[in-house]
Amino acid sequence: MIVKGLLYTKDHEWAKVEGDIATVGITDHAQDQLGELTFVELPETGKEVRQKGELGVVESSKAASDVYAPVAGKITEVNKELENKPELINQDCYGAGWICKIQITDKASINNLMDAARYGEYLKGL
Amino acid sequence: MPFIANTDEQRKRMLADIGLTREQLFSDIPKELLCGRLNMPDGLPEQEVRGILAELAGKNSIDLTLFLGGGFYDHFIPAAVYSIVSRSEFYTAYTPYQPEVSQGTLQAIYEYQSMICRLTDMEAANASLYDGGTAMYEAMMMALRVTGRNKVIIDTSVNPIYRVMIESYTKNLKIELVQTHCATGLVDREQILSKLDDKTAAVILQNPNFFGCIDDFGDIAEKAHSKGVLLAVSCYPISLGILKTPGAMGADIVTGEGQSLGMPLSFGGPYLGFMATRMKYVRKMPGRIVGQTLDRQGRRCFVMTLQAREQHIRRDKATSNICSNEALCALTALVYLSLLGKQGLRETAQLCADKASYAYKRLTAIPGVKPHFRAKWFFNEFVLDLPCEAADVIAKLIEKGFAAGFPLSRYYPDMKNCILVCVTEKRTKQQIGMFAEALESVL
Repeated sequence: MIVKGLLYTKDHEWAKVEGDIATVGITDHAQDQLGELTFVELPETGKEVRQKGELGVVESSKAASDVYAPVAGKITEVNKELENKPELINQDCYGAGWICKIQITDKASINNLMDAARYGEYLKGL
Repeated sequence: MPFIANTDEQRKRMLADIGLTREQLFSDIPKELLCGRLNMPDGLPEQEVRGILAELAGKNSIDLTLFLGGGFYDHFIPAAVYSIVSRSEFYTAYTPYQPEVSQGTLQAIYEYQSMICRLTDMEAANASLYDGGTAMYEAMMMALRVTGRNKVIIDTSVNPIYRVMIESYTKNLKIELVQTHCATGLVDREQILSKLDDKTAAVILQNPNFFGCIDDFGDIAEKAHSKGVLLAVSCYPISLGILKTPGAMGADIVTGEGQSLGMPLSFGGPYLGFMATRMKYVRKMPGRIVGQTLDRQGRRCFVMTLQAREQHIRRDKATSNICSNEALCALTALVYLSLLGKQGLRETAQLCADKASYAYKRLTAIPGVKPHFRAKWFFNEFVLDLPCEAADVIAKLIEKGFAAGFPLSRYYPDMKNCILVCVTEKRTKQQIGMFAEALESVL
């Protein structure tokens, strides 16, 4: 499942840009590949991240995978719900399973992301 | 290995197959460390070789009465320990590689972890590490991961052998190792607090410390935590039978050498590193962890858990390069602790302390022998000032059948006349008396 209106990375993160805030999560493809999530290591609020910089870790019973920042900026909010309910990512990765919000410092970094159609093509090519 | 079946011809063929000469095969080992020619004629019959080796082995002093500790201790080991751990069901691979089919091994490790938690008053323990020194190094690396900082404070009252290991491990890493100096036998609070800052990941301490003195690090834990710094404490497990636990002091990571829990003294080990922490840090803990769960039919069973921290899954981001454990040694510790029980461990610890206290009185009554520190609380080891160099006295006492203690000048150059004396529950009143007489006679 790919949601229109969101932006995507090759590492299977999505970003929903509203003004200068990007809400970030991992895609349906990513959660499906990982399987049942058991733990999410959230970033710290206030931390500055560069585009493709390490944001956190999602862990399932069979793998642990880094989550990278789709845009450069400062973490303004993290989804604390995931601490006790990592399965929210499996259930609703584009909604209740969001990971954090980033205040975008480098607007140009958005241009490196794919739209839904291009991400769909990208997935077909994998 | 008393017999190797490979013939010269087979060796030649194996080398030819991989396309190497014998020299190339061992080229990664520095030349000076390779075994050169043995000081033994060629072509001796097996029986004669054995005779020569037995004669050489006979030069070792193996029947000394031990007053030597320094991190490795001569405790009594019930015969049942060896009988149980040498059962072939256990005496196989050192860590489970197809773990879930080895439910017995996993259960033993789970019970070992539970005992380490109860002993240290911590919430989660791993399946064990190589030894006390590497466990301390791993604790330090864990603190760096938890805090994202890179400065570590370590006190000179921590076992110098561990400190040498840590220095060697961290030589090429970007870690700022800051040493605080222990002058009184107890950790100098002011020095430590003055070095605590927002770059500090951990304070590493030991209790009882290398000089045998006992302390309560509760105040340090509190100050460290207020600056986001973790307290890592190395401890002597037998002492926990009577001493305040690191967990009760507020330690965040507890490690130690587990040899005293049923393993004989042996140069080079195998020894046992244990490690325990708070539940909130468990994902940052290195090593294997066994957990308890239910199978499909609702039966209690055991699994390797939180494996996503480990090398085979997490690759370069793993919590450490540790992908095994000291399973047989951990089992030994488990069996030893089970046999002693809570009361037995308490009595063993109390006997060590009482006998050490008696030895301290006897030895400090000898003219010229004085306690080195004013701090008067110790567990089963203490430092004495001798009227002459400790190393000389120790050499003379070996002739009289005693391993008198550890010459502190080996790691503390300004402590030339200082000897670290250890007394365990195995020493009798008579042996202590004879030791005091022998010491007096060589001064």
